[in-house]
Amino acid sequence: MDKFKTGEWQNRIDVRDFIQVNYTPYEGDENFLTPITERTKDLWDKAEALIHEEIKKGIIDIDTTVFSGINKFAPGYLDKANELIVGYQTDSPLKRIMNPYGGFRMVENSLKAYGYEMDEVMKSEFVSNRKTHNEGVFDAYTDEMKLARSAGLLTGLPDAYGRGRIIGDYRRIALYGMDYLLKEKKKDLKELNGDALDDIIRLREEISSQIRALSEIKEMALSYDIDISKPAKNAHEAVQFLYLGYLAAIKENNGAAMSFGRNTAFLDVFIEKDLSEGLITESEAQELIDQLVIKLRMVRHLRTPEYNDLFAGDPNWVTEAIGGMSNDGRTQVTKTAYRFLHTLKNLSPAPEPNMTVLWSEALPQNFKDYCAKMSMVTGAIQYENDDLMRPLYGDDYGIACCVSAMGIGKQMQFFGARTNLAKGLLYAINGGEDELKVNKSGQHIHVFDGIEKNTDEYLDFESVMTNYDLVLEKLAKLYVDTMNTIHYMHDKYAYEAGQMALHDSMVERTMAFGVAGVSLVADSLSAIKYAKVKPIRNEQGIAVDFEITGDFPKFGNDDDRVDQIAVDLVTKFSNELKKHPTYRNAIHTLSVLTITSNVVYGKKTGSTPDGRKVGQPFAPGANPMHGRDQMGALASLNSVAKLPYESICQDGISNTFSIVPEALGKGDNDRVENLVSILDGYFTQGAFHLNVNVLNRALLEDAIANPEKYPTLTIRVSGYAVHFNRLTDEQKREVMMRTFHRSA
Amino acid sequence: MVKGRIHSIETMGLHDGPGIRTVFFMQGCPLRCKYCHNPDALSFKGGKEYTVSDLLAFAKRYKAYYKSNGGVTFSGGEALMQGEFLLEATKALKAEGIHVAIDTSGVGQSSYFESILKLVDMVIMDVKHFNKQDYKDITGLSMKRTDAFNDALRHFEGKLWVRHVMVPGFTDNEASMDAFFNNISHWHKIIEKVEILPYHKLGVDKYYQLDLEDPLKDVEAMDPSIAKDYELYIMNKLKGLKIAV
Repeated sequence: MDKFKTGEWQNRIDVRDFIQVNYTPYEGDENFLTPITERTKDLWDKAEALIHEEIKKGIIDIDTTVFSGINKFAPGYLDKANELIVGYQTDSPLKRIMNPYGGFRMVENSLKAYGYEMDEVMKSEFVSNRKTHNEGVFDAYTDEMKLARSAGLLTGLPDAYGRGRIIGDYRRIALYGMDYLLKEKKKDLKELNGDALDDIIRLREEISSQIRALSEIKEMALSYDIDISKPAKNAHEAVQFLYLGYLAAIKENNGAAMSFGRNTAFLDVFIEKDLSEGLITESEAQELIDQLVIKLRMVRHLRTPEYNDLFAGDPNWVTEAIGGMSNDGRTQVTKTAYRFLHTLKNLSPAPEPNMTVLWSEALPQNFKDYCAKMSMVTGAIQYENDDLMRPLYGDDYGIACCVSAMGIGKQMQFFGARTNLAKGLLYAINGGEDELKVNKSGQHIHVFDGIEKNTDEYLDFESVMTNYDLVLEKLAKLYVDTMNTIHYMHDKYAYEAGQMALHDSMVERTMAFGVAGVSLVADSLSAIKYAKVKPIRNEQGIAVDFEITGDFPKFGNDDDRVDQIAVDLVTKFSNELKKHPTYRNAIHTLSVLTITSNVVYGKKTGSTPDGRKVGQPFAPGANPMHGRDQMGALASLNSVAKLPYESICQDGISNTFSIVPEALGKGDNDRVENLVSILDGYFTQGAFHLNVNVLNRALLEDAIANPEKYPTLTIRVSGYAVHFNRLTDEQKREVMMRTFHRSA
Repeated sequence: MVKGRIHSIETMGLHDGPGIRTVFFMQGCPLRCKYCHNPDALSFKGGKEYTVSDLLAFAKRYKAYYKSNGGVTFSGGEALMQGEFLLEATKALKAEGIHVAIDTSGVGQSSYFESILKLVDMVIMDVKHFNKQDYKDITGLSMKRTDAFNDALRHFEGKLWVRHVMVPGFTDNEASMDAFFNNISHWHKIIEKVEILPYHKLGVDKYYQLDLEDPLKDVEAMDPSIAKDYELYIMNKLKGLKIAV
């Protein structure tokens, strides 16, 4: 420790300060990088073989003898002699954990699907003695909440599984050691006084749980013969301690997204120190990162096969935020940022960890070029606008899941999945009744009161908008109330003590709402406004289809007439959400993100006034609808760039961009230069996020026909990457339908 | 105010000039090239009318992508057939500091040539053929129609790219390429690039959609590697000329 520069970080927990006074920005190119070492290659071959076996069998194993917890499992190894960085979730790699605290049925269904059974005694003991988050939520849900949920108006809510979207500051363990962290938490608890009412009582109970969790992490590490009570003494220990912190999180929780944080500049400080003292070589430095990434690729949770279908494979959103700038104008790109991205080459392209480059206009040119190259070769990188986030979150934030920014160790999120705005529009036309869901007597179910059924021969823009505003107002209240219920219960029955122990005790919370179908609704409203739209109604007066006469502006062509409709829509909904108070005074945020669920949204939504037929998929995230962007790729990007981030969609706006390689330019150099210009141009306009796929449609067709030829083909879908072969046939078709930009 | 007829816009043009370009495909062309892949842009009717300020406002939305080398390209159709609009639009774009290229066959309204060439940064000259008979056969027009623009180009101070579409059985031979070279060599001082574009079949659907007979329906696509070889052949001859001078 004595070799590090001194600073405030020595007087309190302040990882950012440590990084800022000690890190070395790197503006050079990638030529220093080294290939994989032999022993790591050995290890990766074994890991990959096991992963392939898992894909074939569906699952390797489940530990049915014990429930989840930080220190409930014996240490596990794949190849002890070659493992430089150790630790698996259970006593064996890829063996999954039963975590019943979010919802018991989810565990039971998963076990059943894979042919496993829970120990009868364990089951009866648990069921009779322990209430789950899921049970708590359903005790408190209103009828309206249940209806909205079953109709698919509110979807994917974390009411039966772990909410995730929390990033512990795992770096704290490496920098301070567990003894110091324990001491600080105990101090926080002692100093937390005031009227003993809900807030204080709850927080005191939580901090006590955190203190116990910290001790468990320490014991868990000891089971691997690693003592984390003191700070890491070298780069190897820094990587190992950091990973053990993350490992504790994924042993304790099975959250939908279990992200990793922002670690490269931090680790680089240790690596640089060891390099300068001659303790390690560049090859050994790279090996540490390669081995860390192997571990991150082997994170598994027990989920139902349907869940895996929905999200294409086994996603965990082990998101690592890379690069970005510091507040003082220095880049946070270090050699370790390169080393991390380089694992895509040393190992193979893969969806995890979810490589997220924080893009700034001011990033070093060399790094921009390197990212563009890696994007073209691997299709595994997503880009997010650091120049947009840094002023709001500072220069030590990470990304949870796909697009959710949060200050590391300072903020956490109450995850809220999303609502189907297209269905909402149909409710505005159909008097608050669901267009697909009928009750036992065949009547369309009635979700919202007080919305008049539209009976016009042709839809009138003003009257549809009046009703839609009413629907959005009712929906906003319902959504906030539902989220409050969910997170109250999650805190109560499935609290993430291990992760929250690696946060400040006084944490800031956001409540992340989400919307699906923005481009679809914008096009629908544009059709109603600029063309003639005639609803075709069934005998109950429900519009089941629409006839459109005439052309209308479509989102994705940089046409303000329709783009503004999209902007107004998200602004209105965001403002409506903010009118309703949140649990623990969380700050309302909103995302435009669907992940791969745009296919399922499509299935559950009737025909819409833009011409989309019942069952057809939505566009992913904030993307324009398939094939409707006719002015070239940049017009499409410009349309999405108009959606406002700050204070409106401040939980992120996802855009997926697919382009054929030839369209990017003639030679590799031109392609790199052009891709960098596209990213710079898009982000300087205040755009938020871009997935980049440089792919041939013909290649994907070949991959569908001959999957064995493309074992590692990785593409970005919405906010994360997947192995193409792990998409369902339906998802593959949807990817093929997406606009592949080519230039004329 | 003068209005232009625009067939379509490509916001991510990466081939028609350097860098990232907004390409305005102007509506209408007097040539009837057998290999035309934009037959829907030939008629002087149709398209959408734009004022100069509409066009300028649109282009400015893409300034963030242009960086140091990108900009606007006027293609078509034939941009020089809308001379007044092209001139006014170029003035407006140059006033905003935007790089302007025109992609042309050289046939157009000659009274505007001189003033347009004073303003544009780059000309992409599409040489259809180099002898009178074949030119007429391929384009349906007399090669004389290109004389005025060729003359005007003598005083052009910007960059020149020369293009030629190579169709199997037409100019894919050394004699043709030597003739092509002789046709363009007097521009060698301003030529930055020569591109031999292999004829492709991507435009054939448009003929079906427009219910037109595709004049080259029995001709195969050009092998890109052969076209590339001829491109290098021409470039090397040009280099030789530069060294000799």
